Amino acid sequence: MKTEAPLAKRSTQPAGMRASTAYMRAIWAVVWKDLAAELRSRELLSAMLVFALLVILIFNFALELDARTRYSVTAGVLWVTFAFAGTLGLNRSMAMEKDRGCLDGLLLAPVDRSAIYFGKVVGNLIFMLLVEGFVLPVYSLLYNINLFIPGLIGVILLGSLGYVVVGTLLASMAVQTRTRDVLLPILLFPVVIPLFIAAVKASAGCLQGLDMAEIWPWLNLLIVYDLLFTAVAFMVFDYVVEE
Amino acid sequence: MNNKPRLLSILDVVTIVLLVVATGLVFLYAPTEAVMGQVQRVFYFHVAANWVGMLGFLAAAVCGGFYLRTAERKWDIASLAAVEIGMVFAFIGIVTGSIWARPIWNTWWTWDPRLTTTTIMLLIYSAYLMLRSGIEDPDRRARFGAIYAIVGFLSVPLTFFSARLFRTIHPIVIGTNQPGAAGQFDMTAAMLQVFLFSLLTFTFIFADLLWHRIRLGWMEDRVEQLKMKLNA
Repeated sequence: MKTEAPLAKRSTQPAGMRASTAYMRAIWAVVWKDLAAELRSRELLSAMLVFALLVILIFNFALELDARTRYSVTAGVLWVTFAFAGTLGLNRSMAMEKDRGCLDGLLLAPVDRSAIYFGKVVGNLIFMLLVEGFVLPVYSLLYNINLFIPGLIGVILLGSLGYVVVGTLLASMAVQTRTRDVLLPILLFPVVIPLFIAAVKASAGCLQGLDMAEIWPWLNLLIVYDLLFTAVAFMVFDYVVEE
Repeated sequence: MNNKPRLLSILDVVTIVLLVVATGLVFLYAPTEAVMGQVQRVFYFHVAANWVGMLGFLAAAVCGGFYLRTAERKWDIASLAAVEIGMVFAFIGIVTGSIWARPIWNTWWTWDPRLTTTTIMLLIYSAYLMLRSGIEDPDRRARFGAIYAIVGFLSVPLTFFSARLFRTIHPIVIGTNQPGAAGQFDMTAAMLQVFLFSLLTFTFIFADLLWHRIRLGWMEDRVEQLKMKLNA
Protein backbone atom coordinates (compact mmCIF):
# COMPACT_ATOMS: atom_id res chain seq x y z
CA MET A 1 0.00 0.00 0.00
CA LYS A 2 2.88 2.37 0.85
CA THR A 3 4.40 2.16 -2.57
CA GLU A 4 1.12 3.15 -4.09
CA ALA A 5 0.79 6.38 -2.15
CA PRO A 6 3.11 8.54 -4.27
CA LEU A 7 1.60 7.05 -7.40
CA ALA A 8 -1.83 8.11 -6.30
CA LYS A 9 -0.58 11.60 -5.57
CA ARG A 10 0.87 11.96 -9.00
CA SER A 11 -2.10 10.56 -10.83
CA THR A 12 -4.47 13.10 -12.31
CA GLN A 13 -7.57 11.03 -11.48
CA PRO A 14 -10.13 12.75 -9.25
CA ALA A 15 -10.54 11.34 -5.74
CA GLY A 16 -13.93 9.78 -6.47
CA MET A 17 -12.54 7.78 -9.33
CA ARG A 18 -9.67 6.48 -7.22
CA ALA A 19 -12.12 5.39 -4.53
CA SER A 20 -14.19 3.57 -7.09
CA THR A 21 -11.18 1.70 -8.49
CA ALA A 22 -10.25 0.72 -4.92
CA TYR A 23 -13.81 -0.54 -4.51
CA MET A 24 -13.60 -2.54 -7.73
CA ARG A 25 -10.25 -3.94 -6.62
CA ALA A 26 -11.78 -5.10 -3.33
CA ILE A 27 -14.61 -6.83 -5.19
CA TRP A 28 -12.18 -8.44 -7.55
CA ALA A 29 -10.00 -9.65 -4.65
CA VAL A 30 -12.96 -11.49 -3.10
CA VAL A 31 -13.91 -13.00 -6.47
CA TRP A 32 -10.32 -14.04 -7.06
CA LYS A 33 -10.13 -15.65 -3.62
CA ASP A 34 -13.30 -17.67 -4.30
CA LEU A 35 -12.12 -18.78 -7.71
CA ALA A 36 -8.66 -19.76 -6.42
CA ALA A 37 -10.15 -21.73 -3.53
CA GLU A 38 -12.51 -23.50 -5.91
CA LEU A 39 -9.72 -24.24 -8.36
CA ARG A 40 -7.86 -26.07 -5.58
CA SER A 41 -10.70 -27.93 -3.91
CA ARG A 42 -13.22 -28.26 -6.78
CA GLU A 43 -15.78 -29.32 -4.17
CA LEU A 44 -18.42 -26.71 -4.95
CA LEU A 45 -18.61 -26.90 -8.74
CA SER A 46 -18.39 -30.69 -8.90
CA ALA A 47 -21.24 -31.03 -6.42
CA MET A 48 -23.37 -28.53 -8.32
CA LEU A 49 -22.70 -30.17 -11.69
CA VAL A 50 -23.44 -33.71 -10.56
CA PHE A 51 -26.53 -32.53 -8.73
CA ALA A 52 -27.79 -30.66 -11.81
CA LEU A 53 -27.34 -33.78 -13.93
CA LEU A 54 -29.23 -35.85 -11.38
CA VAL A 55 -32.13 -33.41 -11.34
CA ILE A 56 -32.41 -33.56 -15.13
CA LEU A 57 -32.26 -37.34 -14.96
CA ILE A 58 -35.07 -37.46 -12.40
CA PHE A 59 -37.18 -35.11 -14.48
CA ASN A 60 -36.66 -37.37 -17.46
CA PHE A 61 -38.52 -40.14 -15.67
CA ALA A 62 -40.92 -37.98 -13.70
CA LEU A 63 -42.23 -36.05 -16.69
CA GLU A 64 -41.75 -38.40 -19.65
CA LEU A 65 -39.85 -35.82 -21.66
CA ASP A 66 -40.93 -37.18 -25.01
CA ALA A 67 -40.71 -35.26 -28.26
CA ARG A 68 -44.17 -33.72 -28.01
CA THR A 69 -44.12 -32.38 -24.45
CA ARG A 70 -40.46 -31.43 -24.55
CA TYR A 71 -40.97 -27.91 -25.87
CA SER A 72 -43.53 -26.91 -23.29
CA VAL A 73 -41.76 -28.20 -20.18
CA THR A 74 -38.10 -27.53 -21.00
CA ALA A 75 -38.15 -23.99 -19.54
CA GLY A 76 -39.58 -25.26 -16.27
CA VAL A 77 -37.16 -28.18 -16.00
CA LEU A 78 -34.18 -25.91 -16.70
CA TRP A 79 -35.11 -23.35 -14.08
CA VAL A 80 -35.87 -25.91 -11.39
CA THR A 81 -32.47 -27.46 -12.11
CA PHE A 82 -30.73 -24.08 -11.88
CA ALA A 83 -32.56 -23.19 -8.69
CA PHE A 84 -31.72 -26.44 -6.91
CA ALA A 85 -28.09 -26.49 -8.02
CA GLY A 86 -27.91 -22.79 -7.14
CA THR A 87 -29.05 -23.32 -3.55
CA LEU A 88 -26.45 -26.02 -3.16
CA GLY A 89 -23.72 -23.67 -4.34
CA LEU A 90 -24.91 -20.69 -2.30
CA ASN A 91 -25.05 -22.75 0.88
CA ARG A 92 -21.59 -24.17 0.34
CA SER A 93 -20.02 -20.87 -0.62
CA MET A 94 -21.25 -19.11 2.52
CA ALA A 95 -20.70 -22.09 4.85
CA MET A 96 -17.06 -22.16 3.73
CA GLU A 97 -16.63 -18.55 4.86
CA LYS A 98 -18.28 -19.24 8.19
CA ASP A 99 -16.68 -22.57 9.08
CA ARG A 100 -13.06 -21.65 8.69
CA GLY A 101 -13.52 -18.19 10.16
CA CYS A 102 -12.82 -16.62 6.77
CA LEU A 103 -15.71 -14.22 7.11
CA ASP A 104 -14.19 -12.66 10.25
CA GLY A 105 -10.93 -12.25 8.38
CA LEU A 106 -12.69 -10.65 5.44
CA LEU A 107 -14.53 -8.25 7.73
CA LEU A 108 -11.24 -7.10 9.24
CA ALA A 109 -10.10 -5.90 5.83
CA PRO A 110 -10.30 -2.11 5.52
CA VAL A 111 -12.80 -2.14 2.66
CA ASP A 112 -16.45 -1.26 2.37
CA ARG A 113 -18.51 -4.25 3.46
CA SER A 114 -20.74 -4.04 0.44
CA ALA A 115 -17.61 -4.75 -1.64
CA ILE A 116 -17.37 -8.12 0.13
CA TYR A 117 -21.03 -8.76 -0.64
CA PHE A 118 -20.65 -7.89 -4.32
CA GLY A 119 -17.50 -9.99 -4.49
CA LYS A 120 -19.44 -12.98 -3.19
CA VAL A 121 -22.27 -12.21 -5.63
CA VAL A 122 -19.91 -12.15 -8.61
CA GLY A 123 -18.22 -15.37 -7.43
CA ASN A 124 -21.53 -17.16 -6.97
CA LEU A 125 -22.77 -15.83 -10.31
CA ILE A 126 -19.69 -17.22 -12.04
CA PHE A 127 -20.28 -20.65 -10.47
CA MET A 128 -23.91 -20.58 -11.42
CA LEU A 129 -23.16 -19.54 -15.00
CA LEU A 130 -20.57 -22.31 -15.26
CA VAL A 131 -23.18 -24.85 -14.18
CA GLU A 132 -25.66 -23.41 -16.67
CA GLY A 133 -23.01 -23.43 -19.36
CA PHE A 134 -22.62 -27.12 -18.66
CA VAL A 135 -26.32 -27.96 -18.38
CA LEU A 136 -27.39 -26.27 -21.62
CA PRO A 137 -25.24 -28.31 -24.05
CA VAL A 138 -25.88 -31.53 -22.12
CA TYR A 139 -29.62 -30.92 -22.18
CA SER A 140 -29.49 -30.00 -25.87
CA LEU A 141 -27.62 -33.21 -26.58
CA LEU A 142 -29.77 -35.51 -24.45
CA TYR A 143 -33.11 -34.24 -25.69
CA ASN A 144 -32.12 -33.16 -29.18
CA ILE A 145 -33.39 -29.64 -28.74
CA ASN A 146 -31.47 -26.46 -29.54
CA LEU A 147 -31.11 -24.29 -26.44
CA PHE A 148 -28.55 -21.88 -27.85
CA ILE A 149 -30.96 -19.08 -28.63
CA PRO A 150 -29.62 -15.54 -27.89
CA GLY A 151 -32.88 -14.57 -26.16
CA LEU A 152 -32.75 -17.59 -23.87
CA ILE A 153 -29.14 -16.87 -22.92
CA GLY A 154 -30.15 -13.31 -22.03
CA VAL A 155 -33.04 -14.54 -19.88
CA ILE A 156 -30.73 -16.96 -18.09
CA LEU A 157 -28.23 -14.16 -17.38
CA LEU A 158 -30.91 -11.85 -15.97
CA GLY A 159 -32.57 -14.64 -13.98
CA SER A 160 -29.32 -15.95 -12.52
CA LEU A 161 -28.25 -12.45 -11.52
CA GLY A 162 -31.44 -11.84 -9.54
CA TYR A 163 -31.29 -15.30 -8.00
CA VAL A 164 -27.69 -14.85 -6.86
CA VAL A 165 -28.25 -11.30 -5.58
CA VAL A 166 -31.05 -12.39 -3.24
CA GLY A 167 -29.51 -15.81 -2.59
CA THR A 168 -26.15 -14.45 -1.42
CA LEU A 169 -27.83 -12.05 0.98
CA LEU A 170 -30.12 -14.72 2.45
CA ALA A 171 -27.40 -17.38 2.50
CA SER A 172 -25.15 -15.12 4.54
CA MET A 173 -28.00 -14.86 7.06
CA ALA A 174 -28.90 -18.57 6.92
CA VAL A 175 -25.37 -19.76 7.74
CA GLN A 176 -25.48 -17.77 10.97
CA THR A 177 -28.53 -19.65 12.28
CA ARG A 178 -28.90 -22.97 14.05
CA THR A 179 -30.67 -24.73 11.18
CA ARG A 180 -28.27 -23.40 8.48
CA ASP A 181 -28.51 -25.40 5.22
CA VAL A 182 -32.11 -26.35 5.76
CA LEU A 183 -33.17 -22.77 6.11
CA LEU A 184 -31.81 -21.29 2.87
CA PRO A 185 -34.34 -22.74 0.40
CA ILE A 186 -37.18 -21.95 2.79
CA LEU A 187 -36.06 -18.33 3.02
CA LEU A 188 -35.09 -18.00 -0.61
CA PHE A 189 -37.78 -19.71 -2.68
CA PRO A 190 -40.86 -17.69 -1.63
CA VAL A 191 -38.93 -14.47 -2.27
CA VAL A 192 -37.66 -15.49 -5.71
CA ILE A 193 -41.01 -16.79 -6.97
CA PRO A 194 -41.71 -13.68 -9.08
CA LEU A 195 -38.26 -14.07 -10.62
CA PHE A 196 -38.99 -17.72 -11.42
CA ILE A 197 -42.38 -17.05 -12.94
CA ALA A 198 -40.89 -14.36 -15.16
CA ALA A 199 -37.80 -16.42 -16.07
CA VAL A 200 -39.80 -19.55 -16.91
CA LYS A 201 -42.34 -17.64 -19.01
CA ALA A 202 -39.64 -15.66 -20.84
CA SER A 203 -37.58 -18.81 -21.47
CA ALA A 204 -40.62 -20.68 -22.74
CA GLY A 205 -41.41 -17.72 -24.98
CA CYS A 206 -37.91 -17.78 -26.44
CA LEU A 207 -38.02 -21.55 -26.96
CA GLN A 208 -41.36 -21.39 -28.72
CA GLY A 209 -40.14 -18.52 -30.88
CA LEU A 210 -42.78 -16.08 -29.69
CA ASP A 211 -42.80 -12.45 -30.74
CA MET A 212 -40.48 -10.22 -28.67
CA ALA A 213 -43.48 -8.03 -27.81
CA GLU A 214 -44.90 -10.97 -25.82
CA ILE A 215 -41.63 -11.64 -24.00
CA TRP A 216 -40.81 -8.05 -23.05
CA PRO A 217 -43.20 -7.76 -20.08
CA TRP A 218 -41.42 -10.72 -18.48
CA LEU A 219 -37.99 -9.31 -19.26
CA ASN A 220 -39.02 -5.99 -17.71
CA LEU A 221 -40.10 -7.82 -14.58
CA LEU A 222 -36.73 -9.59 -14.43
CA ILE A 223 -34.85 -6.29 -14.81
CA VAL A 224 -36.96 -4.57 -12.14
CA TYR A 225 -36.40 -7.50 -9.79
CA ASP A 226 -32.63 -7.45 -10.35
CA LEU A 227 -32.35 -3.70 -9.80
CA LEU A 228 -34.64 -3.59 -6.78
CA PHE A 229 -32.95 -6.37 -4.88
CA THR A 230 -29.43 -5.29 -5.78
CA ALA A 231 -30.25 -1.93 -4.23
CA VAL A 232 -31.86 -3.48 -1.14
CA ALA A 233 -29.01 -5.94 -0.58
CA PHE A 234 -26.50 -3.11 -0.98
CA MET A 235 -28.29 -1.18 1.76
CA VAL A 236 -28.83 -3.98 4.28
CA PHE A 237 -25.74 -6.17 3.92
CA ASP A 238 -23.87 -4.18 6.58
CA TYR A 239 -26.42 -5.34 9.14
CA VAL A 240 -26.00 -9.01 8.18
CA VAL A 241 -22.31 -9.14 9.06
CA GLU A 242 -22.39 -6.65 11.95
CA GLU A 243 -21.23 -8.14 15.24
CA MET B 1 -45.70 -1.84 32.15
CA ASN B 2 -47.36 -3.99 34.80
CA ASN B 3 -50.70 -2.27 34.84
CA LYS B 4 -52.84 -2.31 31.76
CA PRO B 5 -53.06 1.25 30.41
CA ARG B 6 -56.49 2.86 30.63
CA LEU B 7 -56.45 3.77 26.98
CA LEU B 8 -55.93 0.12 26.05
CA SER B 9 -58.95 -0.92 28.14
CA ILE B 10 -61.02 1.71 26.36
CA LEU B 11 -59.72 0.52 22.99
CA ASP B 12 -60.70 -3.06 23.92
CA VAL B 13 -64.27 -2.01 24.66
CA VAL B 14 -64.56 0.17 21.55
CA THR B 15 -63.24 -2.66 19.37
CA ILE B 16 -65.68 -5.20 20.77
CA VAL B 17 -68.60 -2.82 20.32
CA LEU B 18 -67.52 -2.06 16.75
CA LEU B 19 -67.23 -5.76 15.95
CA VAL B 20 -70.70 -6.49 17.30
CA VAL B 21 -72.18 -3.57 15.35
CA ALA B 22 -70.32 -4.57 12.18
CA THR B 23 -71.59 -8.14 12.44
CA GLY B 24 -75.11 -6.81 12.92
CA LEU B 25 -74.78 -4.52 9.91
CA VAL B 26 -73.44 -7.31 7.70
CA PHE B 27 -76.34 -9.63 8.53
CA LEU B 28 -79.23 -7.22 9.08
CA TYR B 29 -78.54 -3.94 7.32
CA ALA B 30 -76.65 -4.87 4.15
CA PRO B 31 -78.97 -5.87 1.32
CA THR B 32 -78.77 -9.39 -0.05
CA GLU B 33 -76.90 -9.45 -3.33
CA ALA B 34 -79.24 -10.26 -6.22
CA VAL B 35 -77.21 -12.94 -8.01
CA MET B 36 -74.96 -14.50 -5.38
CA GLY B 37 -77.35 -14.37 -2.42
CA GLN B 38 -76.36 -14.74 1.21
CA VAL B 39 -72.83 -15.96 0.59
CA GLN B 40 -71.88 -12.53 -0.71
CA ARG B 41 -72.05 -11.27 2.89
CA VAL B 42 -68.67 -12.88 3.50
CA PHE B 43 -67.22 -10.14 1.30
CA TYR B 44 -67.28 -7.49 4.03
CA PHE B 45 -65.10 -9.40 6.46
CA HIS B 46 -63.08 -11.11 3.72
CA VAL B 47 -61.74 -7.87 2.29
CA ALA B 48 -61.34 -6.36 5.75
CA ALA B 49 -59.31 -9.36 6.96
CA ASN B 50 -57.02 -9.17 3.94
CA TRP B 51 -56.68 -5.46 4.52
CA VAL B 52 -55.46 -6.13 8.05
CA GLY B 53 -53.11 -8.81 6.71
CA MET B 54 -51.47 -6.36 4.32
CA LEU B 55 -51.43 -3.67 6.99
CA GLY B 56 -49.63 -6.06 9.33
CA PHE B 57 -46.96 -6.98 6.80
CA LEU B 58 -46.47 -3.36 5.80
CA ALA B 59 -46.13 -2.38 9.46
CA ALA B 60 -43.62 -5.21 9.97
CA ALA B 61 -41.44 -3.98 7.10
CA VAL B 62 -41.63 -0.35 8.26
CA CYS B 63 -40.81 -1.29 11.87
CA GLY B 64 -37.97 -3.45 10.51
CA GLY B 65 -36.57 -0.42 8.72
CA PHE B 66 -36.79 1.63 11.91
CA TYR B 67 -35.08 -1.15 13.82
CA LEU B 68 -32.13 -1.21 11.45
CA ARG B 69 -31.81 2.58 11.79
CA THR B 70 -32.11 2.84 15.57
CA ALA B 71 -31.45 -0.68 16.96
CA GLU B 72 -34.13 -0.04 19.57
CA ARG B 73 -35.83 -3.09 21.05
CA LYS B 74 -39.35 -1.69 20.66
CA TRP B 75 -39.21 -1.75 16.85
CA ASP B 76 -38.27 -5.41 16.79
CA ILE B 77 -41.09 -6.31 19.17
CA ALA B 78 -43.56 -4.31 17.07
CA SER B 79 -42.30 -5.89 13.84
CA LEU B 80 -42.77 -9.43 15.14
CA ALA B 81 -46.19 -8.54 16.56
CA ALA B 82 -47.32 -7.13 13.21
CA VAL B 83 -46.15 -10.24 11.33
CA GLU B 84 -48.03 -12.58 13.65
CA ILE B 85 -51.26 -10.59 13.40
CA GLY B 86 -50.84 -10.22 9.64
CA MET B 87 -50.48 -13.98 9.24
CA VAL B 88 -53.63 -14.74 11.22
CA PHE B 89 -55.69 -12.29 9.20
CA ALA B 90 -54.25 -13.31 5.86
CA PHE B 91 -55.26 -16.85 6.77
CA ILE B 92 -58.76 -15.69 7.73
CA GLY B 93 -58.88 -13.97 4.36
CA ILE B 94 -58.03 -17.21 2.57
CA VAL B 95 -60.61 -19.23 4.51
CA THR B 96 -63.44 -16.72 4.02
CA GLY B 97 -62.49 -16.42 0.35
CA SER B 98 -62.70 -20.19 -0.08
CA ILE B 99 -66.15 -20.25 1.50
CA TRP B 100 -67.29 -17.66 -1.04
CA ALA B 101 -65.45 -19.22 -3.99
CA ARG B 102 -67.02 -22.66 -3.54
CA PRO B 103 -70.54 -21.64 -4.70
CA ILE B 104 -69.46 -18.75 -6.97
CA TRP B 105 -66.41 -20.16 -8.79
CA ASN B 106 -67.45 -23.75 -8.13
CA THR B 107 -64.07 -24.51 -6.55
CA TRP B 108 -62.42 -23.96 -3.18
CA TRP B 109 -59.18 -22.91 -4.76
CA THR B 110 -57.79 -21.51 -7.97
CA TRP B 111 -54.38 -20.13 -8.89
CA ASP B 112 -55.55 -16.59 -9.22
CA PRO B 113 -52.97 -13.80 -8.58
CA ARG B 114 -54.53 -12.69 -5.31
CA LEU B 115 -54.81 -16.22 -3.98
CA THR B 116 -51.31 -17.10 -5.15
CA THR B 117 -49.86 -13.93 -3.68
CA THR B 118 -51.56 -14.42 -0.31
CA THR B 119 -50.33 -18.01 -0.12
CA ILE B 120 -46.77 -17.07 -0.98
CA MET B 121 -46.99 -14.22 1.53
CA LEU B 122 -47.95 -16.73 4.23
CA LEU B 123 -44.96 -18.87 3.21
CA ILE B 124 -42.64 -15.86 3.38
CA TYR B 125 -43.75 -15.02 6.89
CA SER B 126 -43.58 -18.66 8.02
CA ALA B 127 -39.97 -18.56 6.83
CA TYR B 128 -39.61 -15.32 8.81
CA LEU B 129 -40.71 -17.08 11.99
CA MET B 130 -38.42 -20.06 11.28
CA LEU B 131 -35.49 -17.71 10.71
CA ARG B 132 -36.11 -16.03 14.04
CA SER B 133 -36.46 -19.30 15.91
CA GLY B 134 -33.07 -20.45 14.58
CA ILE B 135 -31.13 -17.56 16.13
CA GLU B 136 -30.31 -17.30 19.82
CA ASP B 137 -28.63 -13.91 20.02
CA PRO B 138 -31.50 -11.40 20.40
CA ASP B 139 -29.74 -8.59 18.54
CA ARG B 140 -28.91 -10.74 15.57
CA ARG B 141 -32.42 -12.22 15.61
CA ALA B 142 -33.86 -8.73 15.47
CA ARG B 143 -31.52 -7.59 12.69
CA PHE B 144 -32.10 -10.63 10.49
CA GLY B 145 -35.84 -10.49 11.16
CA ALA B 146 -35.92 -6.86 10.10
CA ILE B 147 -33.96 -7.55 6.91
CA TYR B 148 -36.16 -10.48 5.95
CA ALA B 149 -39.35 -8.55 6.72
CA ILE B 150 -38.19 -5.84 4.30
CA VAL B 151 -36.96 -8.19 1.56
CA GLY B 152 -40.07 -10.35 1.85
CA PHE B 153 -42.47 -7.43 1.74
CA LEU B 154 -40.78 -5.94 -1.32
CA SER B 155 -41.18 -9.19 -3.22
CA VAL B 156 -44.95 -9.29 -2.62
CA PRO B 157 -45.99 -6.72 -5.26
CA LEU B 158 -43.66 -8.37 -7.78
CA THR B 159 -45.24 -11.74 -7.05
CA PHE B 160 -48.63 -10.16 -7.57
CA PHE B 161 -47.70 -8.60 -10.91
CA SER B 162 -46.02 -11.74 -12.18
CA ALA B 163 -49.05 -13.82 -11.27
CA ARG B 164 -51.32 -11.17 -12.75
CA LEU B 165 -49.69 -11.41 -16.16
CA PHE B 166 -51.55 -14.70 -16.19
CA ARG B 167 -55.30 -14.55 -16.62
CA THR B 168 -57.34 -13.67 -13.53
CA ILE B 169 -60.93 -14.38 -12.53
CA HIS B 170 -60.94 -12.58 -9.21
CA PRO B 171 -63.52 -9.78 -9.13
CA ILE B 172 -62.26 -6.27 -8.50
CA VAL B 173 -65.05 -4.54 -6.63
CA ILE B 174 -63.10 -1.35 -6.06
CA GLY B 175 -61.59 0.30 -9.12
CA THR B 176 -61.67 -0.87 -12.71
CA ASN B 177 -62.46 -4.44 -13.49
CA GLN B 178 -61.20 -6.50 -16.37
CA PRO B 179 -63.43 -8.71 -18.48
CA GLY B 180 -63.55 -12.35 -17.47
CA ALA B 181 -63.81 -11.85 -13.72
CA ALA B 182 -66.44 -14.13 -12.22
CA GLY B 183 -68.56 -13.08 -9.26
CA GLN B 184 -68.55 -9.40 -10.06
CA PHE B 185 -71.08 -7.04 -8.50
CA ASP B 186 -71.65 -3.35 -8.01
CA MET B 187 -72.01 -2.10 -4.46
CA THR B 188 -75.16 -0.23 -3.51
CA ALA B 189 -74.89 2.69 -1.09
CA ALA B 190 -75.84 0.47 1.87
CA MET B 191 -73.28 -2.15 0.86
CA LEU B 192 -70.59 0.50 0.61
CA GLN B 193 -71.46 1.79 4.09
CA VAL B 194 -71.22 -1.70 5.59
CA PHE B 195 -68.02 -2.36 3.71
CA LEU B 196 -66.32 0.80 4.93
CA PHE B 197 -67.56 0.15 8.45
CA SER B 198 -66.05 -3.35 8.32
CA LEU B 199 -62.72 -1.90 7.22
CA LEU B 200 -62.83 0.54 10.11
CA THR B 201 -63.74 -2.22 12.56
CA PHE B 202 -60.93 -4.47 11.42
CA THR B 203 -58.44 -1.62 11.57
CA PHE B 204 -59.46 -1.14 15.21
CA ILE B 205 -59.05 -4.88 15.81
CA PHE B 206 -55.59 -4.64 14.29
CA ALA B 207 -54.57 -1.72 16.48
CA ASP B 208 -55.95 -3.38 19.58
CA LEU B 209 -54.26 -6.75 18.93
CA LEU B 210 -51.02 -5.05 18.00
CA TRP B 211 -50.96 -3.16 21.26
CA HIS B 212 -51.66 -6.32 23.26
CA ARG B 213 -49.02 -8.27 21.36
CA ILE B 214 -46.39 -5.56 21.87
CA ARG B 215 -47.12 -5.58 25.61
CA LEU B 216 -46.73 -9.35 25.53
CA GLY B 217 -43.40 -8.91 23.73
CA TRP B 218 -42.13 -6.63 26.50
CA MET B 219 -43.27 -9.14 29.11
CA GLU B 220 -41.43 -11.92 27.26
CA ASP B 221 -38.29 -9.80 27.41
CA ARG B 222 -38.78 -9.26 31.11
CA VAL B 223 -39.23 -12.99 31.77
CA GLU B 224 -36.08 -13.66 29.77
CA GLN B 225 -34.12 -11.16 31.86
CA LEU B 226 -35.42 -12.62 35.12
CA LYS B 227 -34.46 -16.11 34.00
CA MET B 228 -30.94 -14.95 33.19
CA LYS B 229 -30.69 -13.28 36.57
CA LEU B 230 -31.77 -16.52 38.28
CA ASN B 231 -29.31 -18.66 36.33
CA ALA B 232 -26.43 -16.29 36.89
